Amino acid sequence: MTSAHAESVNGSLPHEPEKATLEGRNKVLGFWLFLGGESVLFGTLFATFLALRNQTNDGPTAHELFSLPTTAAATLILLVSSLTSVFAVQAMHRHKAAALRLWLIITVILGLGFLGLEVYEFHEYVTAEKFGMTTSAFSSAFYTLVGFHGAHVAFGVCWIGILIGQLYKKGLTVVTAPKVYVSAMYWHFIDVVWVFIFSVVYLLGKVG
Amino acid sequence: MAHAHSVKRHTGLMDWLTTVDHKKIAILYLLAGGLFFGFGGVEALLIRLQLIKPMNDLVSAQTFNELITMHGTTMIFLGVMPVIFALMNAVIPLQIGARDVAFPFVNALGFWTFLFGGILLNLSWIMGGAPDAGWTAYTPLSTSTYSTTHGVDFYTVGLQIAGLGTLIGGINFLATIITMRAPGMSFMRMPMFTWTSFITSAMILFAFPAITVGLVLLSFDRILGANFFEVSNGGNPVLWQHIFWIFGHPEVYILILPAFGVISEVIPTFARKRLFGYSSMVFATILIAFLGFMVWAHHMFTTGLGPIANALFSIATMLIAVPTGIKIFNWLFTMWGGQIRFTSANLFAIGFVPTFVMGGVTGVMLASAPADYQFHDTYFVVAHFHYVIVGGLVFGLFAGLHYWWPKMFGRVLNETIGKWTFWFFAIGFHLTFFVQHFLGLMGMQRRIFTYLPNQDFDTLNLVSTVGAFLMAVGVLLFLFNCFMTAAKPKGVANDPWEDGRTLEWAIPSPPPEYNFKQIPLVRGLDAYWKEKMAGNKEMTPAEPLGSIHMPSPTILPFVMSVGIFIAGLGLMFSSEKFNNSFMSMIFNNWIVVIIGLVITFGSMLLRSLFDDHGWHIEPEELEEEGVKA
Ligand code: HEM
Ligand SMILES: [Cu+2]
Repeated sequence: MTSAHAESVNGSLPHEPEKATLEGRNKVLGFWLFLGGESVLFGTLFATFLALRNQTNDGPTAHELFSLPTTAAATLILLVSSLTSVFAVQAMHRHKAAALRLWLIITVILGLGFLGLEVYEFHEYVTAEKFGMTTSAFSSAFYTLVGFHGAHVAFGVCWIGILIGQLYKKGLTVVTAPKVYVSAMYWHFIDVVWVFIFSVVYLLGKVG
Repeated sequence: MAHAHSVKRHTGLMDWLTTVDHKKIAILYLLAGGLFFGFGGVEALLIRLQLIKPMNDLVSAQTFNELITMHGTTMIFLGVMPVIFALMNAVIPLQIGARDVAFPFVNALGFWTFLFGGILLNLSWIMGGAPDAGWTAYTPLSTSTYSTTHGVDFYTVGLQIAGLGTLIGGINFLATIITMRAPGMSFMRMPMFTWTSFITSAMILFAFPAITVGLVLLSFDRILGANFFEVSNGGNPVLWQHIFWIFGHPEVYILILPAFGVISEVIPTFARKRLFGYSSMVFATILIAFLGFMVWAHHMFTTGLGPIANALFSIATMLIAVPTGIKIFNWLFTMWGGQIRFTSANLFAIGFVPTFVMGGVTGVMLASAPADYQFHDTYFVVAHFHYVIVGGLVFGLFAGLHYWWPKMFGRVLNETIGKWTFWFFAIGFHLTFFVQHFLGLMGMQRRIFTYLPNQDFDTLNLVSTVGAFLMAVGVLLFLFNCFMTAAKPKGVANDPWEDGRTLEWAIPSPPPEYNFKQIPLVRGLDAYWKEKMAGNKEMTPAEPLGSIHMPSPTILPFVMSVGIFIAGLGLMFSSEKFNNSFMSMIFNNWIVVIIGLVITFGSMLLRSLFDDHGWHIEPEELEEEGVKA
């Protein structure tokens, strides 16, 4: 703990700055645990969705609704953003603060692109297809599951955006490094969740 | 160091609102938990007064439903959970030889969110009616079709907020126990209370998100008009039962495991023997937690899941009796041949064993699916869960409170009053709930607000009510003891029971802010006892005397929770028709929700932007305090 100040002051960063202090290591561990809880959260939402996906109540069905090209594009964008956040962490490990910021900025832009597509998709469903939260049990389950994920992406975008600002102001230190690392973990997690959404909601909806 | 003393130290109320010290947070949890426990207790007494005689009209049917719902919800989520967290906060960092928890800020946040969630839930009494669909809030009874007041909204939103606090508290303790143990304290040298709290925290982590989702679905149905449980639009009410019990059954083990831990500390101390079968205790705890996630459908035998599902869940449930039995025998063998001292703490611990066994036996009876068709929703079930929750957990909590009181407050509770507390509470408890087994077997359903005379229910109900008042006397005696003890001067020894085995007894009572002047070196299970047996007066330090880093106090956790509270209220009343146009404007346009969220996320942002460098206690100051002590 005392070493935290020493290192940030004299500027010699260790190879993995996120694990240099006890606070940093605790943060990473705590975040792994948090993601464990998040997995149960999404697991329950997926289970709910699977239980209700055919309950369309005369409203649109998954097959009528989904367009795979749009969601495939969204998937691609989000997967690439995961890659760019890997590059960000690698840049951090090489202590390249400028490259780190650049990769984070690209990640945020991709995240915004994903969100844009999702908002557009939801908007289409509600206006053109008359498919809202109250239409059917299927629609409620769809909006809740996909919306929860979207809210996570939105939170991640804001969070990483704020971290970029902090990196400009405070630089890469043993205090900022764990934050970057943990946000990257978060970002990968919501990416993995999306892969499941793409398969279980969209692909299964189209073919199953 | 330059910033060593730049930090503001608060006093009085501000000190409590801003504290991040686990010992103070423990006291906050105890106070808040005690308060809610009082509410739940008064509700219980009103229930019992209504049922004291047939065709009673003390309260209306509607009020009765509100009372049983609030009694169950309050006791489980707001009464016993925080008292468990109080003990965990007070004891775990000391038992593992740590100066603090892994996330002091998060620890404070967990407390304040819990408190504001609890307050929100209880505001329902004065804001248009309490929830009335049972603590299990089964759909469709709890949907807006059948529950038309805001009661169930208070339930969903209040529990959501309180549950968030519990969840982050669980994460904090997991991380604390994994990373903050003193040198030499391997996992298999951890005191049993730390072990059970560790497993309980893991269960919290994997169980609470399920109820989070369940509550979200129910509030979306009620507030946004979603159709999760709305059969006419394709929804499925049984889904709620699954989600609730996937959380709910693990929750009952979340409650009982810490009590197992307390008993495993108190019995060895007062038997002057090491815990019998330590490794099997650890193993049994893990097994119970694991099985606890596989048995939820034993609450749904009569829902109609079919014979295969019922048979499997029946067997899985009965399996839990095996690790639980291991524990019971280990406690008995620990006492066997020991020099037992019957202190109040130990009375509660010893009383726990047979009482809990009785609850376990009825549990195995209920696990038999065909028989459960007879027992389900009768007073037999009520007797069962009170034997495990009150006879088990609450006995355990009383044992723990009497045992660790001197460590928390620096004063020993009066032993004579302590013993009276035990006898009133124990006898009252058995009077109240033993007869309920027979009421249930004779066919008295639970959750009915009254009953007809001459069905052989009359006398047993009267006995049960008398018992409830004896328990209340026990609780009042305990309260009296707390106040009386608070008036006594501080100053008990480090190890007031003289036979303390674990690290918390090696340091002053109450411990200084930094707990350990030097982190101790742990050389075996029952670390302190081991040093005593080696003829040492103190623990061997694992580090030289040095400057100690402390986290700064902060008001942000409190403010964040206020924000969530405001957002929760805003959400509940978002589609309410107000007479007042200003109110409609701010609620119906989600302005209140937005204000609340801005407060919460704004505080989060502040926390992220301004690093907390903490402050330091220098060796010279430590020396000074050493002289004073
Ligand atoms: C003074 C001690 C207590 C008394 C006299 C008491 C009495 C009662 C009574 C009369 C009921 C209503 C049964 C029914 O008709 O459904 C009940 C239900 C319940 N109690 Fe207690 N109780 C006490 C302590 C506790 C404690 C400490 C807990 C939990 C930690 C607890 C948890 C519950 C639960 C979960 C229910 C079910 C509520 C429902 O089904 O709506 N009780 N209790
Ligand atoms: Cu159960």
